[in-house]
Amino acid sequence: MTDTIATNESILVIGGGISGMTAALEAAECGKQVILVEKTPSLGGRVSQLYKYFPKLCHPTCGMEINSRRIKANKNLRVITMAEVDEITGNAGNYNVSITKQPRYINDNCTACGECANAVEAKFDNEHNYNMDKRKGAYLPFNMAYPQRYVLDSGIIGTDDADKAKAACRYDAVDLDMQKETVQLNVGAVIWATGWQPFDAANIQPYGYDRYDNVITSVEFERMMDDFGPTGGKILRPSDNKEAKNIAFIQCAGSRDRNYLKHCSRICCMASLKQTTYVREQYADDGKATIYYIDIRAIDRFEDFYAKVQADTNVSFIKSKVASITEERGTGNPVLHGVNTEGYDRYDNAHDLVVLAVGMQPSVDREKFPVEVITNEHGFIERPEGSTGMFAAGCASDALDVNRAVQNATASALRAIQVVNRFSKTEV
Amino acid sequence: MGNLNTTMIEKYRNSFLHEVEANVEEGEWVKMCMQCGVCSGSCPLGPHWDHPPQELFMMIRAGKREEVLTSSSMWMCTSCYNCIVRCPRELPITHIMHGLAHYAKRLGLVPENQQTEKFAQLFWDNLTNTGRVNELKLGLKLYFMNGFGEGIKMSLKMQDVGLNMLKTGRMSPFELLGGHSIKDKTGFHAMLQKAKELEDAKIAKHGA
Repeated sequence: MTDTIATNESILVIGGGISGMTAALEAAECGKQVILVEKTPSLGGRVSQLYKYFPKLCHPTCGMEINSRRIKANKNLRVITMAEVDEITGNAGNYNVSITKQPRYINDNCTACGECANAVEAKFDNEHNYNMDKRKGAYLPFNMAYPQRYVLDSGIIGTDDADKAKAACRYDAVDLDMQKETVQLNVGAVIWATGWQPFDAANIQPYGYDRYDNVITSVEFERMMDDFGPTGGKILRPSDNKEAKNIAFIQCAGSRDRNYLKHCSRICCMASLKQTTYVREQYADDGKATIYYIDIRAIDRFEDFYAKVQADTNVSFIKSKVASITEERGTGNPVLHGVNTEGYDRYDNAHDLVVLAVGMQPSVDREKFPVEVITNEHGFIERPEGSTGMFAAGCASDALDVNRAVQNATASALRAIQVVNRFSKTEV
Repeated sequence: MGNLNTTMIEKYRNSFLHEVEANVEEGEWVKMCMQCGVCSGSCPLGPHWDHPPQELFMMIRAGKREEVLTSSSMWMCTSCYNCIVRCPRELPITHIMHGLAHYAKRLGLVPENQQTEKFAQLFWDNLTNTGRVNELKLGLKLYFMNGFGEGIKMSLKMQDVGLNMLKTGRMSPFELLGGHSIKDKTGFHAMLQKAKELEDAKIAKHGA
């Protein structure tokens, strides 16, 4: 072991989703100093908003718990939430980074007892549930949030609610004078784990996501299944809160389409196949799922999962890119119009609910990065030619499922470690 | 030149796709179709076609030359452009339909009494005469396209529209006496003649 550890031997990971957490932990568990920066008040990212993983159908909360424990147990890893990177200067082995940290208004005395949330009245859109319901102005982002500390929404600062929250806290954790801070760091390597966002389904005008209540996205459907989600774990139609038992899934909603996202988002076929099992889980033989697809891309070993879903007689497959959706008067049922290309039969099928399997796009536009990054035509980060100290991990680099994102993140951690070692002369 | 249809059959034996690519306007796009069916589902006249666009594309690739070229399907296209707007691969479907119709006509394979084809010919003859569309003559020709009795019926049905157009100066009765024209009619006709020569030369290349 070298005797001195310079600051430029540390690694900065930007983004605290599954890829960022993985990259940060892998590097930190190799003995490197790691700083993990996350924009929102909690780690977890998009994966924390999923009900189950495919193909094993286990719950992501389990992995989140393991990762939280790994983070707590590791002295090499420092997590900064509610922070964004403003500027990066320098070269591989020696980057100067400027980070802006937004005030949480809650210090680390917080025990997550929830008294402040009880006291506060104002409500805001709940980002964790894709704005399908409201949360209080003092809130824990979600039950498994890391760090387990409440947040005051900046919207209540300066109002009575802020004072009520302060008065309700028995641990002196509310600090209304907290200010925005700038943090300067010196690091040797940077990992972009900035992740993905669902394609905005409102752009697909013929599907009427912005006009019809009962047309929702696949990510919203995931939230419905969560016991702590907007519907308390029930599949309900947004228009009338009736049980939705006859559900249509539309594949390639935004993907593989030159009008929207040109690339195949790779996860949506498996996501919809998985979601048909939710329908069965909830309604048994009363639940019907219909998948409208161009072709099912259940890659490599996922073929088994596809075969299993195909064997379910309550799941049907229609080979067709749906042309348009209209709404049935009176019932609010969405009606799907198109042609089944196996036999060229026209259909006008009414369903209780339509789930659009929306595509994956990078959550940060290339122009929004504080430094120049090279992206492919779809906006995913590519590795530049020659040596660099910056690497993309997970969905910042491509449309990936969780399994592949974690593999990819581990690889990027290894690359970052090599850069740091090269400059600290521990490796030649 | 011989019979163009026979020539083409010989030349592209078993490869109708290549024939379409070489001879049909925008035909090189046909191979890009991924058979998603969104064009067929989006077509407002879809229920009235024998074969919707994506089926036609598959038939072209399957070498069903006769069925495609004698089909009335592509003649049903109203150029609403719904298919082009929605096609995930940006195929110029409307244009391909017109290209197929045009090619079928050149080969003499249009189904008998095809209404769209008849009107297209009327329009072309009307327009190329003076370089301007003579609406009065075109309208009358259209009404009488399917016989004298039909024509009288149609004229009576449309007489209010016609009279109103006359009244508001949208149509002149003097158009019957020849009608208005572009300035350089001779030049215009020379241009069309040249275009025809070029076109014929292109086809002659395929000739036996």
